[in-house]
Amino acid sequence: MSVLIFIDHSDGHVKKASLEVLSYGAALAGQLGVAAEGILLGTVDSDLAALGRYGVKKIHQAAQETLNHLDAQVFARIIADAATATGATVLVFPNNVNGKAVAPRVAARLKAGLVSGALALPDTKNGFVVRKNVFSGKAFANVSINTPTKVIALNPNSYPVKETEGSAEIVPLAATAAPKVKVVSTTQASGQVPLTEAEIVVSGGRGLKGPENWGMIEELAKVLGAATACSRPVADAHWRPHNEHVGQTGIAIAPNLYIAIGISGAIQHLAGVNRSKIIVVVNKDPEAPFFKAADYGIVGDAFEVVPKMIEAVKKLKGIA
Amino acid sequence: MRAMKILVCISKTPDTTAKISFTQNNTKFAGDGVQWIINPYDEWYSLVRAVELKEKDPSVVIHLATVGLADTEPIIRKALAIGGDEAFRVNAESADSYYVAAQLAEVARQGGYDLIFTGKETIDYNGSSIGGMLAELLDLPYIPLAVKFELNGTTATVTREIEGGEETDEVSLPAVVSCQKGVAEQRIPNMKGIMGARSRPLKVLEPVAADTLTSVVVFELPPAKAGVKLVPADNPAELIRLLHEEAKVF
Repeated sequence: MSVLIFIDHSDGHVKKASLEVLSYGAALAGQLGVAAEGILLGTVDSDLAALGRYGVKKIHQAAQETLNHLDAQVFARIIADAATATGATVLVFPNNVNGKAVAPRVAARLKAGLVSGALALPDTKNGFVVRKNVFSGKAFANVSINTPTKVIALNPNSYPVKETEGSAEIVPLAATAAPKVKVVSTTQASGQVPLTEAEIVVSGGRGLKGPENWGMIEELAKVLGAATACSRPVADAHWRPHNEHVGQTGIAIAPNLYIAIGISGAIQHLAGVNRSKIIVVVNKDPEAPFFKAADYGIVGDAFEVVPKMIEAVKKLKGIA
Repeated sequence: MRAMKILVCISKTPDTTAKISFTQNNTKFAGDGVQWIINPYDEWYSLVRAVELKEKDPSVVIHLATVGLADTEPIIRKALAIGGDEAFRVNAESADSYYVAAQLAEVARQGGYDLIFTGKETIDYNGSSIGGMLAELLDLPYIPLAVKFELNGTTATVTREIEGGEETDEVSLPAVVSCQKGVAEQRIPNMKGIMGARSRPLKVLEPVAADTLTSVVVFELPPAKAGVKLVPADNPAELIRLLHEEAKVF
């Protein structure tokens, strides 16, 4: 009996969402009185054994280079086989782009109940009940997994990374991979915090009047160590790239802090950001619906307010 | 060459702006009086992309499939008005994602499709899991969260979302792809489509035996927000202080 945790990575780096699932899986294993083990497909640049700091004693690694690219079909087979071989009863995935590809496949393959988008450790006092967001952040559901083997996909930024002492034993995993998916190219915005992993997000809307005014949004993001985002009309008008669009049809995010500047807060926008822990709204219209969903707000002109916010952050952080 | 066959999976969801409340001791969504729509990801992206592929190559055959009771029929008819040659409704309540995937897998096995589209998730349960489960049950490749999709004979070129960017993959067909914004643009059904949809076959299938692996114990609404704390516009430094000292977010 063990908890098997999927360690997702890209470009040689273990993703932050993986550190969260390691911490979550280790805590869950503690709760169940079983061992926590990791599984990593492919290779990373850093010392894998050091991931023991997040609570896993063993990491099963299939170290073929071909596995550095996702093929959900291949990944699911290797992970499901490893789960069976190691006697894993709970499998934990990050509910990120790769987790969404693999977790449902593994669940179907093992005929294990799946809760995707989990927010917290399961309640195991009476069964196995996992809390998740439903209705695009407008409600929660406590979902019971009724099968002996269970699969959980944990929402990014919903469980804190817990680092302690320890080193993991690396166990080589024999796996044959015949991928049917060939990666042709990847494009990645360099030097930026990926939106889904960002703890702080600064977002701009139509109130900013044009793409030429994004300098202050980028500067505020920079001094805060934040990612930048935008509303749908801004992406549709090509003021900003589509991969910055957060909302119902864009990316759903749950940062610790979401700063919305010049965004009115349509229900479709809120659906993508309402899981943010703290929401700040800057809008010159006091009737903007976003203020109802906000924790802090300033009714004022963004072009006057934002530069002063930048100055205040610089002062606070001692940036000249 | 045999005509390309596409299966588009359709789900019924409450409208984005619907009031969310629950009945039966908070175990069921209160659907009475709620406006129901085609799940936007199924409609705007996967269905419209399938229709575009058929416009390019009229030999393409599009089938639609949904799992739901008779009250799902208006939704599948509306989907047919946008496009599709034929539709299937598996006459069962969508109990959980595995149950639904098992029903859709059976439809897919019977039809022998080259391509199966799902939306990236439904806007009610936000599971993002039907596509992956379906692909596994059919032992097919799966590309999730597609933002672009092109057919080239026996393969497809699919661009999918990755953290902070995009990855373009080439995948052999048959395959399952989940679609999101970028794959196509929303279309409003026209009168010709609406009239035509009435004459296109909508077959009702009885469900196959399949297990339900999860169940909702209780739904909860989030606690009401305490209310916004407003800071005067001439003092943004106070906002930064509050975020730092009170909210402790940096």
